[in-house]
Amino acid sequence: MKLRTMWRHIIESLRSIKRNGWMTFAAVSAVTVTLFIVGALFTIIFNVNNISKQIEKDVKVRVEIDVKTSRNKENTLRKEISKISGVKKVSFSSKKNELDKITKTYNSNFKMFSGDANPLSDVFIVETTSPSKTIKVAKEIRQLDNVKTAQYGGEQAKKLFKFMSEVQLWGTICIVILIAIALFLISNVIRLTILSRKNEIQAMRLVGATSWYIRWPFLLEGAETGILGSIIPIIVINWGYSVVYQQTVNGLMNAGYSLFTPGMFLFRIDLLLIVLAIIIGSLGSLVSMRRFLKI
Amino acid sequence: MIELKNVVKKYPNGITALKGIDLTIDQGEFVYIVGASGSGKSTLIKTLYREEKVTSGIIKVNEYDLVRMKDRRVPYLRRELGVVFQDYRLLPRLTAYENVAYAMEVIEKRPEEIKSRVIEVLEMVGLKDKIRRYPSELSGGEQQRVAIARAITNKPSVLIADEPTGNLDPDTSNEIMEIIERINQQNTTVIMATHNQSIVNNYVHRVITIKHGRLVSDQEKGAYRYEA
Ligand SMILES: Nc1ncnc2c1ncn2[C@@H]1O[C@H](COP(=O)(O)OP(=O)(O)OP(=O)(O)O)[C@@H](O)[C@H]1O
Ligand SMILES: [Mg+2]
Repeated sequence: MKLRTMWRHIIESLRSIKRNGWMTFAAVSAVTVTLFIVGALFTIIFNVNNISKQIEKDVKVRVEIDVKTSRNKENTLRKEISKISGVKKVSFSSKKNELDKITKTYNSNFKMFSGDANPLSDVFIVETTSPSKTIKVAKEIRQLDNVKTAQYGGEQAKKLFKFMSEVQLWGTICIVILIAIALFLISNVIRLTILSRKNEIQAMRLVGATSWYIRWPFLLEGAETGILGSIIPIIVINWGYSVVYQQTVNGLMNAGYSLFTPGMFLFRIDLLLIVLAIIIGSLGSLVSMRRFLKI
Repeated sequence: MIELKNVVKKYPNGITALKGIDLTIDQGEFVYIVGASGSGKSTLIKTLYREEKVTSGIIKVNEYDLVRMKDRRVPYLRRELGVVFQDYRLLPRLTAYENVAYAMEVIEKRPEEIKSRVIEVLEMVGLKDKIRRYPSELSGGEQQRVAIARAITNKPSVLIADEPTGNLDPDTSNEIMEIIERINQQNTTVIMATHNQSIVNNYVHRVITIKHGRLVSDQEKGAYRYEA
């Protein structure tokens, strides 16, 4: 297609977006809501899955010791744990140390728990030789005296995966419904445009305009409606993710995990949203073209 | 050249508007199609620019086989045909100039070519000093001139007109006929459906009479007599 022609189509489609006023606004809003949810969901799913993987790879078992256990018994426990096969290293972290970590990670509100008010337990961090050993080691540790809990990453990862698959399911259902609404609204806008340009279309067909020449403006109007709908979700998600990232980066780092860094990750999410917006918009207009543009 | 062989057109509602038409029209001919209301004139014309597909039979227009051709080729057939209607069918929001230019723009002609050609055809139909007017600011005859200018601006080999003088008084009709005659003299085939007896008798050409979807007479230098 000639550049001049493309330019003509773009002008025509923009004019029509303006002319359709409130209808366009409704369609744009539907796309906005849809993309916002899609964007938020994808951001969460990608990150949680990523962290789950990090957790899965974790070779550590975290053993919390019963609060009343004496130093002596703790040392015995430590020796017992060291003897379990698959254990590489056992390190100790006092409950004061644990509280300090939390205080550092979040904020100083937890300071009031210091000293005797500290509700936390002393902890053994048990490193195993490989991630697959953690299950067995944790099970054996649970059999020992004075052990409150023994948790390993894989277990938590499984719980997370399960939770996320639920989120994914409901999210997908939401998205499908929203996309249907957006498609419906966009196709209605395009129907209006087609009807308002009926005479022009007739004239174009009569003098031999190709069907793609006739279709382009409608397709562009749909795509442009989609793009307009993607602006707010992109801004909000970029801003929101950066804020969340800033707030949690230290805490997660201490725990040995990390979110995707905003730069490249947000670029991909934005690209995904724009592409999705264009697809939804163009599909919406194709639906109407099929029904109302007999060429 | 236009060729029809045993053309049958049955509409989805069951009405058979054409019941086996055979017809050959050479390049540069002028042919009237006459017949009572409902006899099938408009249907015949619509099959020529493939607004309607035929039910059976053969239609060929220049190198195009209208029965076998793919839908996406239809625009290129239409570029060889200019079509004019009783109700003009101009775009009300465009000026006379823009209405004609539009026909060239949508088939992606170069802007320089468009400008000179549009002026040329509007001059030819005698509207040189009204090119900036909107259809609502033109008389019926003037609107029909714009419609004719639009139909011929892409230099079609055939001009198809369905009752082009249907809404016009006798004097204006004659002016329109003079223009169509001139177009025909430049070797453009003219196919014109009409009810207008005096036109057919004054501007003498081949006359094809249709009755109930059948071709009942074909006269070389004919006169209007479809009652027969
Ligand atoms: N789109 C259509 N669908 C169904 N039937 C149609 C359609 N168009 C025309 N007809 C029928 O086909 C027959 C021929 O109609 P057509 O319009 O070709 O007649 P005509 O000779 O042009 O008449 P007129 O002189 O009044 O314009 C009529 O019986 C008409 O009712
Ligand atoms: Mg008719």
